[in-house]
Amino acid sequence: MSTTVLTVDDSRAMRDMLRHSLAAAGFRVIQAEDGLHGLEMLETETPDVIVTDINMPRMDGFGFIEAVRRDVARKALPVLVLTTEVDVEKKSRARAAGATGWIVKPFDPVKLIEAIRRVSA
Amino acid sequence: MEDPMAAIRETFFQECEEQLAELETGLIAMENGTAEPETVNAVFRAVHSMKGGAGIFALDQLVRFAHVFETALDKVRSATLAATPTVLGVFLRAADVLADLVRAARENTTVDDSRTKALVAEFDQINDAGEAPEAVTREAPPPVSGGLFAPVAAPEPAWEIKFTPRPALYAKANETALLLRELRRLGELDVVLDTTQLPELSELDPEGAYLTWHIRLIGDCDEAAIRHVFEFVEDDSVLVITPPEPEPAASEEPAGFLPGTVITGDNGFKFEFFPPPMADEEEAEAAAPAAVAAPAVAPREAAAPPVPKHPAVEAMAAKAEAAGAVSATIRVDLDRVDRMIDLVGELVINEAMLSQRVLEAGIARASGVAMALEELEHLTREIQDSVMAIRAQPVRSVFQRMPRLVREVAAQTHKQVRLVTEGEGTEVDKTVIERIADPLTHMIRNAIDHGLESTEKRIAAGKPAEGTVKLIALHRSGRIVLEVSDDGGGINRARVREKAIENGVIAADAQLSDDEIDNLIFLPGFSTAAKVSDISGRGVGMDVVRQSVAALGGRISISSRPGLGSTFTLSLPLTLAVLDGMVVSAHGHTLIIPLSAIVETLKPRAQDVFPLDHEINVLALRGGYVPMVDVAASLGYSETFIEPEQSVALLVEGEGGVRAVLLVDAIHGQRQVVIKSLEVNYRAVPGIGAATVMGDGRVALILDVDAVVRHARSDAGGRNAEQLSLSDAS
Repeated sequence: MSTTVLTVDDSRAMRDMLRHSLAAAGFRVIQAEDGLHGLEMLETETPDVIVTDINMPRMDGFGFIEAVRRDVARKALPVLVLTTEVDVEKKSRARAAGATGWIVKPFDPVKLIEAIRRVSA
Repeated sequence: MEDPMAAIRETFFQECEEQLAELETGLIAMENGTAEPETVNAVFRAVHSMKGGAGIFALDQLVRFAHVFETALDKVRSATLAATPTVLGVFLRAADVLADLVRAARENTTVDDSRTKALVAEFDQINDAGEAPEAVTREAPPPVSGGLFAPVAAPEPAWEIKFTPRPALYAKANETALLLRELRRLGELDVVLDTTQLPELSELDPEGAYLTWHIRLIGDCDEAAIRHVFEFVEDDSVLVITPPEPEPAASEEPAGFLPGTVITGDNGFKFEFFPPPMADEEEAEAAAPAAVAAPAVAPREAAAPPVPKHPAVEAMAAKAEAAGAVSATIRVDLDRVDRMIDLVGELVINEAMLSQRVLEAGIARASGVAMALEELEHLTREIQDSVMAIRAQPVRSVFQRMPRLVREVAAQTHKQVRLVTEGEGTEVDKTVIERIADPLTHMIRNAIDHGLESTEKRIAAGKPAEGTVKLIALHRSGRIVLEVSDDGGGINRARVREKAIENGVIAADAQLSDDEIDNLIFLPGFSTAAKVSDISGRGVGMDVVRQSVAALGGRISISSRPGLGSTFTLSLPLTLAVLDGMVVSAHGHTLIIPLSAIVETLKPRAQDVFPLDHEINVLALRGGYVPMVDVAASLGYSETFIEPEQSVALLVEGEGGVRAVLLVDAIHGQRQVVIKSLEVNYRAVPGIGAATVMGDGRVALILDVDAVVRHARSDAGGRNAEQLSLSDAS
């Protein structure tokens, strides 16, 4: 079965971009528009990897990762942060919240796919 | 197949437009003091998101500018920069530049560098005024992008140090601040204190240890130098030092990443894999087995964060609340809605046909079939209304563009202008929304440029220096009404009259009411400005506005009070998909005349009809003369002309307020019809605007009143019909 990737990003263009490049790599892509929407999707979906943005309305990436980690079953679920933020403090926060990795936009699809493959292996 | 990247690019630009609107609304709310705490975040996110997307498409200029803007907004967000009127002024101007950059990028052009530079300079100024220099130095450089595979400026290599003292450290009177001070000698520090393990005060052990420091050290030093700082406390703490360079992957972990791994691609791609916290602590403890004491359990708890009840409950509550918000709207492709509107249009026609057939078959009105059919008719109407409501949108999106326009025009004319808007929530069909922006823009330009007096004149007249332009939207009898009013000097009637005579629009001795004089400004070729100004002039006058409004089935008029100001009133149909029409017949053909064009219907008397040269007749009407148009003859249905007194006459008004009398055989009543494009389904026909399908299944043509009236005017020996009716009135 193909690897399912949940992408969480409030930008439609970014979502389209992610869907386009990840689907081409054979992943099953499911998408949420912000943290809360992502949590809702997790009620019915069991992705193998999550790729999330940080700056989003309603619930940001930090809140989202923390909420994901609160679920015992998702302690080990790989969560990659994909963001334009280069702020060290934000990176530390993401790490403290339980993120698995940190990728700075604009992203290289090939490398992103590689990163997803490796963390989901 | 469509290029997927082109489609994504288009999505990005659409999104930018939405974000620009949000940005402007947010900034204006901040300026008016009506901003909510979330507003600042939303404003920041809008710019941040545009920057992120622009990076994908290598829109360098946009990325750079958005970055500067975003940095300043972030400072306001974190309260290191106060949102003073000066700062907000810069932000608003920056939003304008950002909008231009987006539009330029969309059209593959660039914006003059001087504009962005001027604003960047302004940003520097506000930053200097309200900012500690320290934060500026830490700022990341604007990402230099070359698109997807662009190199991203990689952050300087830094040591990551995680330092968690045990109680013994404090018991031995060690001071963490001194350690940090010592560490600072090695390079630039970035310190984050993690207090998440701090218990409630009641449960706090005064001799306990609860704090963890996350330290990022940028400097040219080796691990030994760092360890040296912690030399005396290493045994009484958990110390994890991660070097800046990735270490070679451990052989037992071939598929994964070693904690702290940084993968860097040739193109600058950077992926950092965070070490799992649990492994960290175990590793650290294994390295310091001597110090295992009772409190050593604490870090392990830290690794698996305790589940605090309240944040989870909070999150659930927030989620439940937001779930409602999620389901409140859905995004639907406009094509689908249009298709549905089309189908409902067909349904309405079909239903009407069915009713007619049932009637023809002589089925009793009280019969089951007739009653079910009546029910069907109600349902069909309701479906039509509901579907139309889907495409209805608040005029807000258009109103939001106006503050910027007002700022620009105010700056160009050196006037102080305040824009007041009302009724932004008024809904109207999307097709209408798209087409009201231009006339509205023109009306507002006109109100500021010609309506408002100069500041000096206002003060001399005892008025506030700041002029007010008011923009109001409201629903009135099934139409949307837009009003643009100013508190300026009102229309200078003497000058309008003078000008109209000068241009030959009216006769020198024409007797006109004040209202008629005011509305002369809508006549073609009329401009009251002594010189055509760059702002409202642009080579077009109010007649163009009137023309475009008329093309939408709308009307525009002006009322003015000397010294108090003028009000433009624009009324439009709520939709362009259905039309209120008068069903008439001409030489056996059924035609629809748009109701919006009809001024009145009359029965001409023979003694009021006067032949002009050629075959044109004019009708004497309340002291004036209006050319008469035989509809059947003008459309080529008939070779002969009907006798005026045998016909029904409709006084219509075309573009520019030009009037004519249309002669038809009979009027069959008023009806709402579904507009079908003639060009799409057949081809353009002169004199015919569109078509519709009647209840009996026959196609009826919708008359293009403007074209017919124009034709009549040219037939009347090139004489202006309005001139005819006005000059002969005396």
